[in-house]
Amino acid sequence: MEEKELVIIGAGPAGLCAAIEARKKNIDVLIIDENIKPGGQLFKQIHRFFGSKQHMAGIRGITIGEKLLEEVEKLQANVWLDSTAYGIFGNRIAGVIKSRKKNVTVKAKAILIAAGAVENPISFEGWTLPGVMGAGACQTMINIHRVLPGKKALMIGAGNVGLIVAYQMLQAGIEVKAVIEIMPKINGYMVHAAKIKRFGVPIFLSTTILEASGKNEVEAAVICPVDQDYKPILKRTKSLDVDLICIAAGLQPLNELLCQAGCQFTYKPYLGGNVALHNENMETTIDGIFVAGDCSGIEEASTAMEEGKLAGIAIAEKIRKRKWDDEKLEVRNRLNDFRIGTFGEKRKISKMEIEKEYYEKVKN
Amino acid sequence: MKKNDLRIYDHPILGKLPEKKRVSIYFNGRKLIAYEGEMIAAALYANGIRALRKTEKFKQTRGIFCAIGRCTDCVMTVGGIPNIRTCVTPVRNGMKVESQKGRGRWKKKNW
Ligand SMILES: Cc1cc2nc3c(=O)[nH]c(=O)nc-3n(C[C@H](O)[C@H](O)[C@H](O)COP(=O)(O)OP(=O)(O)OC[C@H]3O[C@@H](n4cnc5c(N)ncnc54)[C@H](O)[C@@H]3O)c2cc1C
Ligand code: FES
Repeated sequence: MEEKELVIIGAGPAGLCAAIEARKKNIDVLIIDENIKPGGQLFKQIHRFFGSKQHMAGIRGITIGEKLLEEVEKLQANVWLDSTAYGIFGNRIAGVIKSRKKNVTVKAKAILIAAGAVENPISFEGWTLPGVMGAGACQTMINIHRVLPGKKALMIGAGNVGLIVAYQMLQAGIEVKAVIEIMPKINGYMVHAAKIKRFGVPIFLSTTILEASGKNEVEAAVICPVDQDYKPILKRTKSLDVDLICIAAGLQPLNELLCQAGCQFTYKPYLGGNVALHNENMETTIDGIFVAGDCSGIEEASTAMEEGKLAGIAIAEKIRKRKWDDEKLEVRNRLNDFRIGTFGEKRKISKMEIEKEYYEKVKN
Repeated sequence: MKKNDLRIYDHPILGKLPEKKRVSIYFNGRKLIAYEGEMIAAALYANGIRALRKTEKFKQTRGIFCAIGRCTDCVMTVGGIPNIRTCVTPVRNGMKVESQKGRGRWKKKNW
């Protein structure tokens, strides 16, 4: 068994930022990621970030990713890539298949779970056909793998992910036939909607998908408007000539490792579903197990980075038995700056509820 | 580089696709060109192959669904080993990739 002060599972923005902060405080850090390259979902985000002025706004996700990697390298954190953490055992032991070959157990003083999220599917007739995929999956295909998963597409969902990915599909050369949204209004930011409308892509509101049809792959999509009770108005059914159907129905935290570690959860719809309870230092109900990024509630890359920093500093405090209150306050202020507007406000309230519920469970 | 496939050779933001070493893979015995570092499923999609496997009971086709190794819809038999997530497994020169039926069968003991 190997020993490390801090084991971080997931080298996305949250995990990398935590590693940087912990290394700055001289903590012995090991980052584990099952991908061949670190960065998590950052390298597929080719759009410019918006949000608060002092923080990376206007910079593309890919550029931020490169900066983080540079810093991690400079600070000499250990990184195991192509390595999957398959379990958390009692007393902070992580089971890892290192480089897809060797089973290694690592004992740590603290473990940070920053494993990210998984896309929500929605089911309809034919949804399992090749050519139906998550919007994030399509984003991965075109921006990372640089392969078109189809040529003519339908996007389901007009939230930010649906709108951003639809635009990125246009940039990649995919003909987006329509974006449909079951709600009567566009859920994402208007700037993103305007961008795809400028390309002439229609956004059909109060509209749902009935079927993906095709023999072995998608050959068409059948869509239909819905009434006030979200019931399809079948006589207005229409078929679209597409070979690609992308689902942008939100994300949920990847909770398996947190479950296994014995963490307690609470249901928070504005944060993507079941979320591990955590306190203001990102520590879960299990002593020494921390959480950050999408794993602690779905938000954005920018908040994932700040939460990672917070966890990194708090973990160093715990291991070194010292206080860095000023640094934590700075990060918390930035997090508050991000959690504004229609979406942010709801998330902020959910986060406060989580902290409260944590202290109801863990009395100290 | 070959241009009559579905790769994005030129991108308004990401620029030109960097030149990479060519490798050959075999899909159900058919030779295909792939590029070093490319994921197996991406190489197959680039060649217009999207039906990667068939389900056990209803023999339905499945392809990429999550593209990040989470859903296992893209599993195939690679080098004789079944249930390999091809969206997160890179190609190797001479690799044999087979569309899997159901849960697949082991044909080889180790990698
Ligand atoms: C497909 C997808 C597309 C997205 N696109 C956008 C976007 O365009 N804009 C935006 O603002 N937000 C987007 N998001 C939302 C996301 O909140 C953030 O962008 C951000 O990446 C979250 O950071 P993270 O570090 O929490 O997780 P991630 O970036 O997801 O990183 C988690 C990492 O952990 C690794 N991992 C997970 N489990 C294990 C394990 N058991 N063992 C080893 N490694 C493991 C994963 O492989 C991954 O590299 C997207 C999310 C997804 C899933
Ligand atoms: S497509 Fe989901 S695991 Fe490969």
